[in-house]
Amino acid sequence: MIRLLTFVLAALCLPLTAHAQDLQALLQTHEKIIAKPSRKNVTPVLDALVGSGLPQVPEFLQNWQDKEVYQRAADGLFFYADKTGKTYTLKDVSGGTEVATEVSASDIKQIKPNGGVRKVIAQYLVQFQLSDPDINRRTDALNAISRNLSADQIEPLRASIDGESDATLKLRKQRLANYLMARFGESSADRVAAIEAIAGDLSVEGRAVLSQILETRVAASQALPDGENIARQLEVGEDLSRTEAYTLLVETSGLPATISDNEIRLALESYVDGGRVAGIPIAQLDTLDARAKAYDALAASDVVPARVTQEDIDAALADWGIYEIYLDQDDAVTAAAKEAQSAVNTRVGLNQAADLGLDAISLASIYFLAAVGLAITFGVMGVINMAHGEFIMMGAYTGYVVQQFITNYTLSLVVALPLAFAVTFAAGVLMERTVIRWLYNRPLETLLATFGISIALQQLAKNIFGTQARPLTSPGWLDGAWVINDVVQISYIRIAIFVLALLFLGLLLFILKKTRLGLEVRAVTQNPRMAASMGINPDKIKMMTFGLGSGIAGIAGVAIGLFAKVTSEMGSDYIVQSFMTVVVGGVGNVWGTLAGAAMIGTFQKGVEWLNPSNTLAAQTYMILFIILFIQFRPKGIIALKGRAAGD
Amino acid sequence: MQRSFIANNPSVLWFLLCLAAFTLGVTVLAEATGAGLISTSFVKTLGKVLCLCLVAIAMDVVWGYCGILSLGHFAFFGIGGYAVGMWLMYARTEAIVVENLSARLIPPTPAEVNDAIATQIFGVVGSSEFPLIWAFADSLLLQLLLVVLVPGFLALIFGWLAFRSRVTGVYLSILTQAMTLALALYLFQNDSGLRGNNGLSGLQNIPGFEAVPQSVVSMAFFWASAVALGAGYVLFARVLSGKMGSVIRAIRDDESRVRFLGYHVESYKLFVFTLTAIVAGIAGALYYPQAGIINPAEIAPIASIYLAVWVAIGGRGRLYGAVIGTAFVSLLSSWFTGGSAPNVNLGFYTIQWTEWWLVLLGLSFVAVTLFFPGGIGMLFDKFTRKSQ
Amino acid sequence: MNLFSKTLTSAAALTVMAGAAMAADCPVKVGVLHSLSGTMAISETTLKDTMLMLVEQQNAKGGVLGCEIEPVVVDPASDWPLFAEKARELLTTHEVDVIFGNWTSVSRKSVLPVIEELNGLLFYPVQYEGEESSKNVFYTGAAPNQQAIPAVDYFLEELGVEKFALLGTDYVYPRTTNNILEQYLQDNGIAKDDIFVNYTPFGHSDWATIVADVVALGEDGKSVGVISTINGDANIGFYKELAAAGISADEIPVVAFSVGEEELSGLDTSNLVGHLAAWNYFQSAETESNAEFIDAWKAYAGAERVTNDPMEAHYIGFNMWVNAVEAAGTTDVDAVRTAMYGQEFPNLTGGTAVMLPNHHLAKPVLIGEIQADGQFDIISKTEEVPGDAWTDFLPASAVLKSDWKDLGCGMYNTETASCVQIKSNY
Repeated sequence: MIRLLTFVLAALCLPLTAHAQDLQALLQTHEKIIAKPSRKNVTPVLDALVGSGLPQVPEFLQNWQDKEVYQRAADGLFFYADKTGKTYTLKDVSGGTEVATEVSASDIKQIKPNGGVRKVIAQYLVQFQLSDPDINRRTDALNAISRNLSADQIEPLRASIDGESDATLKLRKQRLANYLMARFGESSADRVAAIEAIAGDLSVEGRAVLSQILETRVAASQALPDGENIARQLEVGEDLSRTEAYTLLVETSGLPATISDNEIRLALESYVDGGRVAGIPIAQLDTLDARAKAYDALAASDVVPARVTQEDIDAALADWGIYEIYLDQDDAVTAAAKEAQSAVNTRVGLNQAADLGLDAISLASIYFLAAVGLAITFGVMGVINMAHGEFIMMGAYTGYVVQQFITNYTLSLVVALPLAFAVTFAAGVLMERTVIRWLYNRPLETLLATFGISIALQQLAKNIFGTQARPLTSPGWLDGAWVINDVVQISYIRIAIFVLALLFLGLLLFILKKTRLGLEVRAVTQNPRMAASMGINPDKIKMMTFGLGSGIAGIAGVAIGLFAKVTSEMGSDYIVQSFMTVVVGGVGNVWGTLAGAAMIGTFQKGVEWLNPSNTLAAQTYMILFIILFIQFRPKGIIALKGRAAGD
Repeated sequence: MQRSFIANNPSVLWFLLCLAAFTLGVTVLAEATGAGLISTSFVKTLGKVLCLCLVAIAMDVVWGYCGILSLGHFAFFGIGGYAVGMWLMYARTEAIVVENLSARLIPPTPAEVNDAIATQIFGVVGSSEFPLIWAFADSLLLQLLLVVLVPGFLALIFGWLAFRSRVTGVYLSILTQAMTLALALYLFQNDSGLRGNNGLSGLQNIPGFEAVPQSVVSMAFFWASAVALGAGYVLFARVLSGKMGSVIRAIRDDESRVRFLGYHVESYKLFVFTLTAIVAGIAGALYYPQAGIINPAEIAPIASIYLAVWVAIGGRGRLYGAVIGTAFVSLLSSWFTGGSAPNVNLGFYTIQWTEWWLVLLGLSFVAVTLFFPGGIGMLFDKFTRKSQ
Repeated sequence: MNLFSKTLTSAAALTVMAGAAMAADCPVKVGVLHSLSGTMAISETTLKDTMLMLVEQQNAKGGVLGCEIEPVVVDPASDWPLFAEKARELLTTHEVDVIFGNWTSVSRKSVLPVIEELNGLLFYPVQYEGEESSKNVFYTGAAPNQQAIPAVDYFLEELGVEKFALLGTDYVYPRTTNNILEQYLQDNGIAKDDIFVNYTPFGHSDWATIVADVVALGEDGKSVGVISTINGDANIGFYKELAAAGISADEIPVVAFSVGEEELSGLDTSNLVGHLAAWNYFQSAETESNAEFIDAWKAYAGAERVTNDPMEAHYIGFNMWVNAVEAAGTTDVDAVRTAMYGQEFPNLTGGTAVMLPNHHLAKPVLIGEIQADGQFDIISKTEEVPGDAWTDFLPASAVLKSDWKDLGCGMYNTETASCVQIKSNY
C-alpha cells in the first residue's frame, strides 16, 4: 500500500513521466506478477508490455529473462543493476541512467523468473530478435519458435529470411518456415507441398511436425462416423484389450460400468443381515463364485445394480466400433503426412541402428582400453593381476591431482597422460619385484596376493582422496558431440577414447611384433630357459613387460576418468569385465582382446536395445553369455595354436 | 571302521571337544541362559561366525584339498539364505494379513489373502504380485529343501559345464567369480522378484515364535550353528579320509597324472564342488536369520574372495585351519571396524583403524601368501606332529 | 549388568566418561549410527560430524535436563546387516536414549525390527520413498509428497512438460517414487505412453544410449522433462553425457531428487546451469539462522565444506528431540515420543517445521536451479507441506493412514477402520 502511495506521489510530482509512456509506470501496474511471475499468469502482462510499443520493452524483456532485473524493497521500483564488489549500482529501466550507487544486496531483490516463464518471454522476444544484429539473439529466436510452433510466426519469420546474412541460420529459418507452412498453411496444396519437403528430414523437430499433424483422438460409435477424417478402426484384442475397450465404451457411451470384485465385496458387506447375505451364510462367501451368486440375488431384488456379464460385454463390443480420428480434418494433408512419416520412420530406424552400432563400438573401445594392459600382463605373461583395476584408478587420480596444479585443461591432459604412465609403470615394477616374481609358478597364489594389494590400494585411495567422486574435467575441445543428424551422434570424448584404443592397439602390436623388446618378451613367455641361454635376462624382461602393462592401465585410467568418474572403486567396476574380455578374446593375443571387447560391447548394447527399460539385465545376460561362450570355445575367439599355446 | 576313522583323525575329536566346550561356555555366560556376561548381540555375532566357519571348511575342501579356487561359494551361501528368508517373510506376513482380513465382515477368498500378502511384501519395492519363484514360499519344508537343492543343482550344472570343457586354474576362478557377479547383478534388479537391493529383511523374527525374546532365539540359532559346524566337520573329515580323500588330494597336486591313472577326475571334482555348495547353502540358511537381512550386496564377488582370504590365513588343507582363520579374521575385523581398536598416534598422523584396517588386512594377506603359505594352521601342525 | 561387563562396555565405547558421578541418568547418551567407511561413508560421515557439532553446541548451552549429552558413535561400515547389529549394540550395551542415523532405505529396513523389539527411538534424516510408518522412527527427511510431487507439479504447471522420462537407479527409492509418480501423472492427464521409465545399476557410467532415447522422446512434438532419481556417482556420467549431447535445461529440463550441494562438488557445473533439484533445504537459502548454521559448520568442519538437506533434517530433529526431552522431563522413549507430537522448530529456510502424529514433519519444498558455482538458485518455495507416510496416489496405500498419537497405529486402514499392523513392514 505504501509502495503504491509512494508511486502515485512520485507520478504526480513528476509531470515529465507522461502517462502510459513510461516503462516503469507500466511495470508498476503489473508489479506483483513481474516480481513473481508464473507461466500461467505472465501472458497478459507480456501482452500489455509488448502492446505498449515502448522502445525499451525488448531490452527489458531480455534482461528480465536473463535474471538481470532487480526490485528495490523500499519502493518496489524495478532497475537493472551492476555489481561492483559487494554493492550494486542501480540503473533506470528506460535509458539506463544511474539512479543509485552503493546499494547493498539486502535492499534490492533479484527477480528470478523460472524456466517456464523464461520460455514464454522468449516467445514474445521472437519478433524483436529475428532481425537482431547479434547472431546469438537470432538463434535464440529460432529456438523459441521451434519449441512452440504457432501460426502467427509465419509472417515475421518469412519477412526475416531475405535479410538473413548467415547461411546456416538462413537454412534453418527456411526449414522452420516450411514446418510452419505444413502445420498452419492456408491451402491444402501448400501444406501438402510443405509436408513432402519434410519427408527427407530426420530432425526431431521435423518428426514432431508430422506427428502433430497426425494427432488423433479415439471415439466410439455404432456406425461409421460421418464427415470425420478417420485414421483407422481399432481391433479389440489386437490394438486394445477387451477390458480397455469396454472401459472406453463406458466412458464415452454411457453403458453400465463393470463391477469389480472389491465392489461386490463392499456391496455384500453393506447388506449383511443376521449373519447372512441374500440368504447365504457369511462363512460360505469365501469364493468369488459364491459372492457373485449372492450379489446376483441382491441385484434381483433391485438393491444393487446388476453385474455386467461377459455376454453383455461381447454384445456391446459387437455393437460398437472404436475409431481413431485425425484432429486435422483435411484428409489430403493427413495422407501426405502419413506417407512422409513412414518414409521418415524407415530412415530413423536405419539411423538408430547406426547409432546403436556407434554406441557399441564406443563401449567396446572402453572395454578394450580397460583390458588392454591386462592383455599384456595376463594375456602375454600369464600373470593374474587382480590389482589391475587399481592401476586404472591410480592413473585417474594422477589426472585429478595434475588438474589441481595445472588449471589449463588441455595442458594438464598433456602432462597427466605420460605422468599416469610413469606412476603406474613404477607401481607395476615395484609390485612385480616385491610380490609377483616370487609367485611365477603359482598362479592361484598370485591371484590372492594381488587381490590383497587391490584391497589395500583401494582403501588407501579412500583414505587419501575420500570416497566421493572427484572431478576430472575434459578440455573444452572434447566437450560436445559429433552430430551427424538428430538420431546419430556421438560425443567427442568417446571418439577420443576410440582413437586412443586404436593407438594402443597399434602401439602394442608394434612393440610385440617389431621391436627387440617384443621379440624378447615373446621368447621369455614361450620358453624362459631357452631365452635365458640366448643371452636374454628373463627377470628384466618380465619386469619391463609388467611395467608396460601397468603403465597402459594408468593411461586408460585417465581416459576413463574423463568420460565417467574418478572414485576409489572405479577399478573394481572394470576388473571382472576386463578379465572376461581377455578370456573371451583368447589369451596371449592383442587381436583377441580386441575381438573380445567388440563382442562384449555389441552383445551388451544388443540386449539393452531389446530391453531398454532395464540396463542391469543387460549386464547379467552378458556374463551368462560369456560363461556359456567359454564352454564352447574355452580358448577364446582367437585361440593360439601350436607351441605358442603353451600346453 | 568307526574307530579307525577317529584314530586316523585325532584332530576331529579335538575339534568336536573344543566346539562343545566353546558352545557350553557361551551358553553359561550368555544373557538368556546364564550369567549374562555375553550380550545378545554378541551371541548373534558368535553364531554368525560359526556359520561362516562352516562355509569356510567347505571352501577349504574345494580349494585346499581339491585345488579348485572357487570364487563363487558365497553365492551358494546367499542362495541358502534367500531360500529360508522367503519362507520367513511369507509366513510372518501371512499371519499379519490373515489376522487383519479376518476383521472384515465377509471371510476373505484365497486370492484376496494372496494379494494382500504380496502387497505387504512387495509394496516397498513398488509391486503387488507374487513372482513365480515364490511358488513354494508358503511351505517351510519345501523351502528348506530348496536350501539344499538350488545350490546343489546350480553347482552341478555349472561344475559339469566347466569341468567337462577342462576349464581349470585361474580361468575357473574367474569364471566362478563371473557367476557370482551375474547372480548378484540379477538379484539387484527389482524384476528378479526378490525385492532387489532391499532384499529380504526382518528375518530374525521367527513366525510362530514372536513371543520368544531375541536372547533365546539367538541362543537357539547359536546351538544350531554349532551343531551344523560339528556335523559338517565330521562329514568333510570322512569324505577326505580313505581312498577318496587321497584321490581328491592327488587331483590338487597333479590332475593329469590322476587322469592317466584311470580315475574319472571330472566326477570327483563335480562331487566335491556340489557337496561343498550344498553345505554352503545350509550355512547360509542358518546365518541370515541371525543377521536379520539378506540382500544382493552379500553375494557380491568380494564376499567370496574374503572367504578365500580367511581360509588362506587360517591355513589351507587343514579343516581346523579354515575354522581358526575365519573366526580370527572375522572377529578381528569387526573389532577393528567397530571403532573399538585404539587409534595410533604417530605424532604427525593418527592412524584410525576404521580407515586403515583394510590396508592392514590386504597387506597381511600378501605377507601370508608370500611367507606363510601354511597360515595360522601351520603352528598347529608342529604341535600335532609332536603329539603323534 | 554387573561391574565386569560395564568395564568391558566402557572400554569398548571408546568415549571418555565425563563427570562419572552425576545424577542417575547422566550423561544422556545419543547414538550416532552413520557409516564411516564403505560406499556410503562420504554422505554419512558428514551427518556424523553434524551430529557431533549439534551435541557440542547443545552442551555449550547446558546440555539437556541438566545433564551433559554424550555422543556414542559406531560405524556400520555401509554393511546393511551390520546396521542391525550396531543398533542392537547401541540400545543394549551402550543403552543410548536416542539414535540419529541411517541413510539408505535398506539400512533403515535392517534396523527397524531391532529398534521396534527393544523400543528404541530413531531419527532418520534422509528423503525416502514413504510407504512405511514405525512407532519408533521419526522421519525428518522428505516423504514423496514433500519432494517428488511438488517437483512434478512444477514441471506440469510452470514448465509445461507433457512427456516424462523417469530415470532412476534400480533400488527401492526410485522404484517406489516412480510408481507413485506414474500414477500421479496419469491422474493428471499424461498418457501412459508419454511416460518413459528406465532403471540403471548403481554407479552406471554408459549413458549415451539412454540420453539418446530421452532426446528421441521429443519426436511427437511434446515438451519433454526428466525426473531423475539417479543415485550417487552415476549422476556424474549422466550429466556429462547430457552436456556432451548439448541438451540445455531450456530444451529438456532435468529435476533430480538425489543431487545436492555435496554431489555437485564432484562435477564441473558450467554445462548444467538451469537444471533443477528439489529439496527441503538449499545452502543458498537466505535467512539469518541459515547463515549462522553455515558459519558454525564451516568453523567446525572446514571452510570448503557445504551444507545440505539431510543436515538440516538432523538439525531440526535433534533440536526437537532436545525440546521434547525437556518437555517430558525424562529421556524415556514413550514419554519423549508423546512429547514430540506437535513440537515446532524454525526451519533454516524460514517458516516452522511441525512434528505430525504420523512421525513426519511439515516442511516447505524448494526447487533450485543449478548455478555455475555448484550452488542452487532457489526459484520456487511452497508453503509447509505435511509429510504423508502412505501416498494418496496408489490405490493400496490411499486407504492407509498413520496416526500414532490418537489411533496408536501406523498402518490404519480407513476403509475397514482397523489397524493392519502395529509393527512396521520391513
